[in-house]
Amino acid sequence: MLKNYFKIAIAVLKRRKFFTFISLFGISFTLTILIVATAFIDNATSDNYPEVNRDRSLYITSVQEKGLKNHSQMNSPASFYYLDRYVSTLKTPVKVAISSFYAVTNAYINNKRLAINLKYTNDEFWDVFQYKFIEGKPYTLQQINNGEHVAVISEDTKRDYFGDLPTVVGKYIEADNVQYRVAGVVKSVPVTMPLSYADLYVPYTVSKTDYRQKTLMGNYTAVMMAATKADVPKMKEEYAAIVAKIKPDDKEYDEFISIADTYVASFIRNSPLGSSDESGISKLVMAASIFLLFFMLLPTLNLVNINISRIMERSSEIGVRKAFGASSSTLVGQFIVENLILTFLGCIIGIIISFIILQLMNNTNMIANMHLTINGTVLLYSMAACIIFGLISGVYPAWRMSRLQVVTALKSQ
Amino acid sequence: MIQLKQIEKSYRTDTIETLALNRINLSVFQGEFLSIMGPSGCGKSTLLNIMGLLDAPTKGEVLIDGRLTTHLSDKQLAHFRNQTIGFIFQSFHLINDLRVLDNVELPLLYRKVSASERVQLAKEALTKVGLSNRMKHFPSQLSGGQKQRVAIARAIVGRPQIILADEPTGNLDSAMGNEIMDLLLHLNATEGTTIVMVTHDETMAKKTHRLVRLFDGAQVNDHTLKQVYA
Repeated sequence: MLKNYFKIAIAVLKRRKFFTFISLFGISFTLTILIVATAFIDNATSDNYPEVNRDRSLYITSVQEKGLKNHSQMNSPASFYYLDRYVSTLKTPVKVAISSFYAVTNAYINNKRLAINLKYTNDEFWDVFQYKFIEGKPYTLQQINNGEHVAVISEDTKRDYFGDLPTVVGKYIEADNVQYRVAGVVKSVPVTMPLSYADLYVPYTVSKTDYRQKTLMGNYTAVMMAATKADVPKMKEEYAAIVAKIKPDDKEYDEFISIADTYVASFIRNSPLGSSDESGISKLVMAASIFLLFFMLLPTLNLVNINISRIMERSSEIGVRKAFGASSSTLVGQFIVENLILTFLGCIIGIIISFIILQLMNNTNMIANMHLTINGTVLLYSMAACIIFGLISGVYPAWRMSRLQVVTALKSQ
Repeated sequence: MIQLKQIEKSYRTDTIETLALNRINLSVFQGEFLSIMGPSGCGKSTLLNIMGLLDAPTKGEVLIDGRLTTHLSDKQLAHFRNQTIGFIFQSFHLINDLRVLDNVELPLLYRKVSASERVQLAKEALTKVGLSNRMKHFPSQLSGGQKQRVAIARAIVGRPQIILADEPTGNLDSAMGNEIMDLLLHLNATEGTTIVMVTHDETMAKKTHRLVRLFDGAQVNDHTLKQVYA
């Protein structure tokens, strides 16, 4: 029976090549976009080099001062002083990475300008983030306290600045007229991970701005790492308790707010979707679901339409099958199976195309140092979506078809 | 075998009601080859469709093999048709996307028959109609007469007790038409299959056992040509 369905499904697909192309294109294109998009999201949100401890970490990317009287507020990353004094002293985190947002500096090689993104860090930065050292090692707490001009550079920077030299540890790199001695070289990080990405990492103590300045707002972020995942809620509470005691710098404001978030939440809270009251994840999920629904609805409607015209073309076949003993439900089953075969084909093509696209992106290094992979879960969900696709787009046309009277169906040829 | 009691069929549009069949009473006996004649639009095909349970009468009862069919569900009707009746249509109604063998297998798909047995039975049916060498062809590669022979093979593959043929020779030239007619006569004679045939062709009708004439939806003549049962 199934073999017979398969035969006729393939025959029908071959007969109407253009329709088949449109249907398959719709399904595979939609699926490709979904898979590639989720590969990006997956890459940006899941544990990735060097941010491997995301599930037991909390991120402090901003602080906020709020005025109740005139409803004014000010948002900014925190100062080094604030993070060092209030966050580093918390009991639950085992390590706290403090680093600045990367900023562009200029280096010159043979009178040619090279833009280098520089990040100031503390020593625990190298413990929270698991960088892979190609040579050398990170700078130590002592070097930081001594204010030594030492640096860790990325592999890309090594190639761009030093060329083909086999080892560069101990050599000097000059950025914004400051000479740093290279202590280590790490595998490069893609720019999509702003908290760990930089070309040049140097101790916060060599920063030109005074890191000891006693303000709350500045240019630093902190990542707190708990001993285990189970400690994360406790860590969040401990931070909240500390924050509640802090008064804003500015007399105009009454309230000081800062929340330690998970990785994804820390980004969304700073987007228009989030606020200090809620991270915005639920809003984002909702928005994404609605978007997805519409995105999938288009090819589904398209398929429904094509299926109706396709099935009505086969009214003679429907009439004959009914005359020779197919009940309406058997026919509905047949057409749904045929449609599932079509969507399944589209599904496979979509997966193949996605695979090719991701491989191309990886091989051409479209986004430097970013390696995209097809997520197994996504693949599974995509397959499930395909089957739902196939069912939804097949059921209505099949139902309409099954209501066709045999006599009418046979006459219309 | 088939009993029609006070059959009426009317088609209703917004303004008028057309009576296609008017109080038809007709019995078809087992092993009989009956032909139905009449001018175009007199309700011949409608009558045949009602006999074949493809269409429901507005009034009246259809009994097949002594069984009342009025209240059968869609599923039961489908099963009943599958087991009891084979159809032959004027315009063949073969499925063009399927090979000859797959077309002939079709009625068996809706029975519990294994794939190998299906193929076996379909091959036998095709041999009976003399097309065993065309099994792998598609319908579009066949002549009209060959197509109709495939349709006959499809109608007989499930060994139904009744075959209903709606102008089976209507789309064929006389030579091919005669071939098809001979095939049906042979089937009736050797297998004892009850056949009801609608036709326009007087000479074809004369070859059958009994001729029923319809005019404007009513039965006007019932003429026994050959006495089958003494």
